[in-house]
Amino acid sequence: MSSDPTLTLSRPVSDEVRKTTCYMCACRCGIDVHLKDGKVSHIEGNRDHPVNRGVLCAKGSAGIMQHRSPARLRAPLRRVGPRGSGQFEEISWDEALQTAVDWMAPLRAAAPEKLAFFTGRDQSQSFTGWWAQAFGTPNWAAHGGFCSVNMAAAGIYTLGGAFWEFGQPDWERTRLFVLFGVAEDHDSNPIKIGLGKLKARGARVIGVNPIRSGYNAVADDWVGITPGTDGLFILSLVHELLRTGAVDLDYLIRYTDAPFLVNAADGPEKGLFLRDADGAPLVRDRRTGRAVAWNAPGVQPDPGRGVVVDGVEHLPVFRHLAERYLDPAHAPEAVAERCGLTPARIRAIAAEIARVAFEEEITLDRPWTDFRGVRHDKMTGRPVAFHAMRGLSAHSNGFQTTRALHMLQVLLGSVEVPGGFRFKPPYPKPATAHPRPHGRATPGAPLDGPHLGYPQGPDDLLLTEDGAPLRIDKAFSWEHPLSAHGMMHMVISNAHAGDPYRIDTLFLYMANMAWNSSMNTSAVMEMLTDTDESGEYVIPRIICADAYSSEMVAFADLVLPDTTYLERHDCISLLDRPICEAEALADSIRWPVVAPDRDVRAFQSVLLELGARLGLPGMVRDDGSPEYADYADYMVRHERRPGVGPLAGWRGEAGDGVGRGAPNPAQLQRYIDNGGFFVDHIPDEAQFFKPWNAAYQDWAVARGLYDSPQPYVLNLWCEPLRKFQLAAEGHGKRQPPEHLRARIKTCFDPLPIWYEPFEQAALDTAAYPLHALTQRPMAMYHSWGSQNVWLRQIHGQNPLYLPRDVWQAHGFRPGDWAHLTSPHGKITVPVARMDALNPHTVWTWNAIGKRRGAWALSDRAPEAERGFLLNHLIHELLPPRGDGLRWANSDPITGQAAWFDLRVRIERAAAHDGPSLPAHPAQASPVGQGPAVVAHGAEWTT
Amino acid sequence: MTSLPQATDRKLGLVIDLDTCVGCHACVVSCKEWNSQGHGAPLSDTDAFGAAPEGSFLNRVHSFEVTREDAPPMVVHFPKSCLHCDDAPCVTVCPTGASYKRPEDGIVLVNEDACIGCGLCAWACPYGAREMDTQAGVMKKCTLCVDRIYNDHLPEVDREPACVKSCPAGARHFGDLADPDSAVSQLVAARDGMDLMPEQGTKPVNKYLPPRPRDTLPVPDPGTRPAEPAVGDVKGLLGWLDRTLERL
Repeated sequence: MSSDPTLTLSRPVSDEVRKTTCYMCACRCGIDVHLKDGKVSHIEGNRDHPVNRGVLCAKGSAGIMQHRSPARLRAPLRRVGPRGSGQFEEISWDEALQTAVDWMAPLRAAAPEKLAFFTGRDQSQSFTGWWAQAFGTPNWAAHGGFCSVNMAAAGIYTLGGAFWEFGQPDWERTRLFVLFGVAEDHDSNPIKIGLGKLKARGARVIGVNPIRSGYNAVADDWVGITPGTDGLFILSLVHELLRTGAVDLDYLIRYTDAPFLVNAADGPEKGLFLRDADGAPLVRDRRTGRAVAWNAPGVQPDPGRGVVVDGVEHLPVFRHLAERYLDPAHAPEAVAERCGLTPARIRAIAAEIARVAFEEEITLDRPWTDFRGVRHDKMTGRPVAFHAMRGLSAHSNGFQTTRALHMLQVLLGSVEVPGGFRFKPPYPKPATAHPRPHGRATPGAPLDGPHLGYPQGPDDLLLTEDGAPLRIDKAFSWEHPLSAHGMMHMVISNAHAGDPYRIDTLFLYMANMAWNSSMNTSAVMEMLTDTDESGEYVIPRIICADAYSSEMVAFADLVLPDTTYLERHDCISLLDRPICEAEALADSIRWPVVAPDRDVRAFQSVLLELGARLGLPGMVRDDGSPEYADYADYMVRHERRPGVGPLAGWRGEAGDGVGRGAPNPAQLQRYIDNGGFFVDHIPDEAQFFKPWNAAYQDWAVARGLYDSPQPYVLNLWCEPLRKFQLAAEGHGKRQPPEHLRARIKTCFDPLPIWYEPFEQAALDTAAYPLHALTQRPMAMYHSWGSQNVWLRQIHGQNPLYLPRDVWQAHGFRPGDWAHLTSPHGKITVPVARMDALNPHTVWTWNAIGKRRGAWALSDRAPEAERGFLLNHLIHELLPPRGDGLRWANSDPITGQAAWFDLRVRIERAAAHDGPSLPAHPAQASPVGQGPAVVAHGAEWTT
Repeated sequence: MTSLPQATDRKLGLVIDLDTCVGCHACVVSCKEWNSQGHGAPLSDTDAFGAAPEGSFLNRVHSFEVTREDAPPMVVHFPKSCLHCDDAPCVTVCPTGASYKRPEDGIVLVNEDACIGCGLCAWACPYGAREMDTQAGVMKKCTLCVDRIYNDHLPEVDREPACVKSCPAGARHFGDLADPDSAVSQLVAARDGMDLMPEQGTKPVNKYLPPRPRDTLPVPDPGTRPAEPAVGDVKGLLGWLDRTLERL
């Protein structure tokens, strides 16, 4: 037996703990940052934080390596070599800011739209949007268009809220959880925490995903669906639920538009709600057989029978819906093969959903009062919950597929009830309560309103007098009318093509558009470096703000170096992307727990200074001095509406205001003292049925979420879609261009439909027999910081995973490489076998591959040698149709990038032994290569 | 050669739930992070930004596919670190006494002052749970965060291994497996917790909870389904609505 004289069991962990927000991904967990000798020594999860409750993911735990990364930029840079070469010289901040102002000021004076300002996975969209609105350019958005706008838009148009940031499953009470198309992430820790709760009590988890990894690996039942067919599957579940009467009719009548009367006669009113003179939709009252306002006192709405008014028949939404989905075309036998499933399996899943929803009904003894003034003595719930993400939404049929899933939840009566799907403040908030989009630029003046919004019909599109798109990305045009998050993936392609017009300056923040954040990466790199007949770049100027030496930085003319996440202020705001929970309002801050040791500045403060130098309204005082000292000052003093600002906590002079109140100079210190966040719990009686719960509505008004109670019903029937469809049928003044008429007629159905994803519909699928997908690895959820020395040892290269039959048919062996070909290109990549995979699908990890010279990595790094991007095979446009038009590879309704529509064929690359192809030449590194040895903690260990 | 204690007062260890582990690597990295600045030499990384980065980790996650005859394939994520065996061959093989097992709680540790970096213990461990740190030249292994679990400077709730605190899915549990009434022992009993490679005779303290049966959702037998579904087809719709509304 031995002992260890050096073992110290109890020693101080650190000198000091500073609590801030991680936000290296969209989870926005609370972290305790330990400092020793003024340096960051240890980071752990904050146990008090509402998002993560003390846990922390791999990336969060590797935060020190992100913070100390050798790829950090050190000073402002001006390009001295050709674009893309990575050759820069360091310049002063004053010179950098003046250069940017000299480029931007003439644009604002003459043509504000010539500035295109787009941000990546940003934490400050309400701020950057406000800046862009003051500048006056319509060309601003964040990354939602290439991420998951279908998820947000389908949810908001249907439910008044969406999965993930706007809602969550009732993890505490659900007994059956069905997860669609969640690729290891979105959101990360809360899903893992939730799955842990379900597992601990033995609730059933069903995973619907072509790939059985991560969450689907722990799913009790795995549905290995064929990509792009989720909508068919969901509508077949709906068919089964309707056929067996497993829908909650009482819920549908009380809380949804199911009884609303819809015009059933051909003509300009067909498909629109029958309304009274005040615009209130009407229902048939079962007591009288007459049409009355849906919320008339004592009305007994009829979901089945219609009325005839002036000779025109009107039928309830539910009647339209039931007749649609009871059709044998939606029977399991009719769809199973296309989904890669069997009819029996679809029936079994439908039966289990129905069993849990209706035979395991749960009730909470919590009296509540609805918006009609009716008192309920308990809360009844159907403990089936759903969650979904990009597997549904990143297809050209993603909006309608996601709407189908929401319809399924609504038919079960499981939205905003115990055990079901729950909104998180500031949701519920229906599409009608959001702004409409704005895009009219005036030289020297702000934009006419906020950029993004939720159109209610063709009148809300952003078009010139000639019908051309106002925005460079063509958002809110006839091509993609409901593109509520913009279409960042089209900006470079459209600007290069001059379609709809040319721009002057492309200003990007934290968006790696020259690499993993673009479709068609190799061509995008060419667009960024392409010159016109005069030898000038087709996109004349590019400004990038980034903390690290990314691939995109090499294409910038001017680089504004940002701080790391521990060196900055940020607000995770209710005006933006909230961190609320179903039972609480919550927001949080980041604050500089350590100061930068380089000549870098936090981007938001830089943007405020640029705004002041440009004289933008709201950013400069009458005497010409800056309105805000920095972003921290803005976070405290900015008011979006009187008394409502970026942060909800400790408002008012006394610091006792919640949501509303005058700016409080001590506000940030109150956040810091509270661990970096603010939580305000929703009263028990207001925690469910929120869209209809009088106590919730009053609570939300008191906090500034609304200015008056906003009860509404869930929308099974999407009337705005029908208005676009009517236009396509020839009704109304604003008419779509002829080439889009047929597509709008088909796709803008007011009830959820399934149609074949566009790319495969245009292809000979026999020539491209496989689907190709990507997933983010959990350890690198969101792609920031692939230079992390610890994480790159977990995911430093990425094989293409092939299902058994493909592996065997082509005679692959371990260590082999393959040529993978799409209609747009060919890549050569390493392969590996995976049996737990849909037999028609291949996949790989996203954004592991790196360009040589980026991220302070060696030119021989495995990320470049054996890593790769599938992006090279995914075009931002659909294959040419011979009409000379550029058809975006996006959802026709929202413009969401259709990443997952990709079709490919594979062949064994017999003679190839690396590297991955295409192998782009190295970019020069403005930061050199990282050190040979890293030994974190050496200074403190004995 | 080094001897093991006859018995230990407690058997502190981990219970790892393979039904719940999603393979996220949170435990892997939080372990590396804590233990780099904790007890002993840091866990260094060589060729850190180069072609073949390699560092020492005390805990790693391996993923396996299980192909089955009449059911879809399964994927199992399998975190692995030192199992703090009662009969630890890594201790008895140590020529200097550097490897030892604590009699008070059963934790297996390395006295880095006495470690000569010969690597015999890593060869002796059937689980591959020890890794040499090439920079310090000493053998590293899971300490069960011995500098956390007894640390008076930490709040009591945090006196658990870093991997247990960080695990988002709650798939890792820490406690005394010698006490049949402890939460971890109860969990092992309830979920048929098992030893890893018991045939090796190492008597590991750590236990694994096996995955629950997968893909069991019953497929209804067509013969047992109700012959008359409530609605059936469009013709049955209004009748069903009338009957249902009557009951509301």
